[in-house]
Amino acid sequence: MTQSHGQFINIRVSDGVEPLLRRPISIHNIEGTNIEFIFQVKGKGTNILAEKEVGDKIDILGPLGKGTFKYEGAKNIAIIGGGIGIFPLYELAKEARKTAKVNMYLGFRSKDFVVLEDEYRKVSDKFILTTDDGTYGNKGYAIDFLKEDLKQENIDMIFACGPLPMLKAVQSLAKETKIPCQISLEERMGCGIGVCLGCAVKVNAGDQEIYTHVCKAGPVFDSNIVEI
Amino acid sequence: MLNSIGLQNPGVEYFMQNDLPWLRKFDTKIIVNACGSSVEEYVELAKVLNTLDIDGVELNLSCPNVKSGCMAFGTSYEGVKEVTSRVRKVLDKPLIVKLTPNVTDITEPAKGAEDAGADGVSLINTLLGMSIDIEKKKPVLANNMGGLSGPAIKPVAVRMVYQVSKAIKIPVLGLGGIVNGRDVIEFMLAGATAVSIGTGNFIEPEISIKAIGEVEDYMKRHNIEDINTIIGKVEMN
Repeated sequence: MTQSHGQFINIRVSDGVEPLLRRPISIHNIEGTNIEFIFQVKGKGTNILAEKEVGDKIDILGPLGKGTFKYEGAKNIAIIGGGIGIFPLYELAKEARKTAKVNMYLGFRSKDFVVLEDEYRKVSDKFILTTDDGTYGNKGYAIDFLKEDLKQENIDMIFACGPLPMLKAVQSLAKETKIPCQISLEERMGCGIGVCLGCAVKVNAGDQEIYTHVCKAGPVFDSNIVEI
Repeated sequence: MLNSIGLQNPGVEYFMQNDLPWLRKFDTKIIVNACGSSVEEYVELAKVLNTLDIDGVELNLSCPNVKSGCMAFGTSYEGVKEVTSRVRKVLDKPLIVKLTPNVTDITEPAKGAEDAGADGVSLINTLLGMSIDIEKKKPVLANNMGGLSGPAIKPVAVRMVYQVSKAIKIPVLGLGGIVNGRDVIEFMLAGATAVSIGTGNFIEPEISIKAIGEVEDYMKRHNIEDINTIIGKVEMN
């Protein structure tokens, strides 16, 4: 199966039943048939994963999700990410930059959380890094810098992935400015393949609201139709 | 796994039009799990299911995540007997009643199902559980409590399958934490005629196929020709 930007993989970190469920992690970079993923050590599962060594085999299910940000036709795109939500945006920027100009806005909590600055800079035409407390880069929220740029620049598409407050702000900004926007959602998942139904999300389909699932229908959604 | 997902689905009409034709493409038996919020709804649903090209119905009298119905019917002899007998009257297809473990004595609702004419019972559904985030001092689940499933509940399930299979004559379908062929054998020795796997599929989509292979290995090692000969053959101490 070929993988594409926006998709994710579901990793079984141990052979036993502890921890029980797989850990869903987004695809960061694709090089031929290889994929790269980056994760933050947060709990039991990611701790075990962090202890794997070069040469260890890992049980991976994927690529999963419909994924795929759609940037075709866009000339000037803005990509905004926050925290660990920046990772699925790298492959997108790399690919989209072949046909469009890429403005990148990355927000982190503080200096200690800043990662891969050079890598992201290389796949951007304009690169803005912020920290909430100003300990590195620009002080403030990434979205405020995007808002400022929208006043002068002709951005025709926005892509976002990050914490919920950021996504909500991006969603309302896109609505106000009528700029097409796609957001990648993070959700707790039991299976990642549309079976457990744990990652339900409300979307507007025409004139009615229906529930769909982040793992199968997403994780990338048109910000106009998804309720977050 | 502790969940409060509930029974989200678009209803029986959607199932008829979309899911059933797709399922029928595969060479397998189709058993439909059905839940209602009142006895009348169970009956209405059973009438519809009776007209469909399906192989059986599993009555869900035991979901802990549905506010009304379901578990309320499943906790007593009388409750299970009433719903099951009303459904039995309108359903000609094989009828399995799924039981909740959140009771003092699970053989009571099991007897209710048997006396009402069910063809079998399945057990166990999830155990009611709760988990607390100690930093936030709040339950982890938005619904506060939820259903516990997976390997954590297997010993409870095996015990109940054993008890129920001794108490009734109709077949028992065992489930609760099965993740491999060894677990399947354990349930069958306890008294299960068949097993099903839920949570295990979330970790490993091909888990059933792997488990069947492991059961066959066990049969070879123990010179078993017919797997039915091990049902209920646990030798108690």
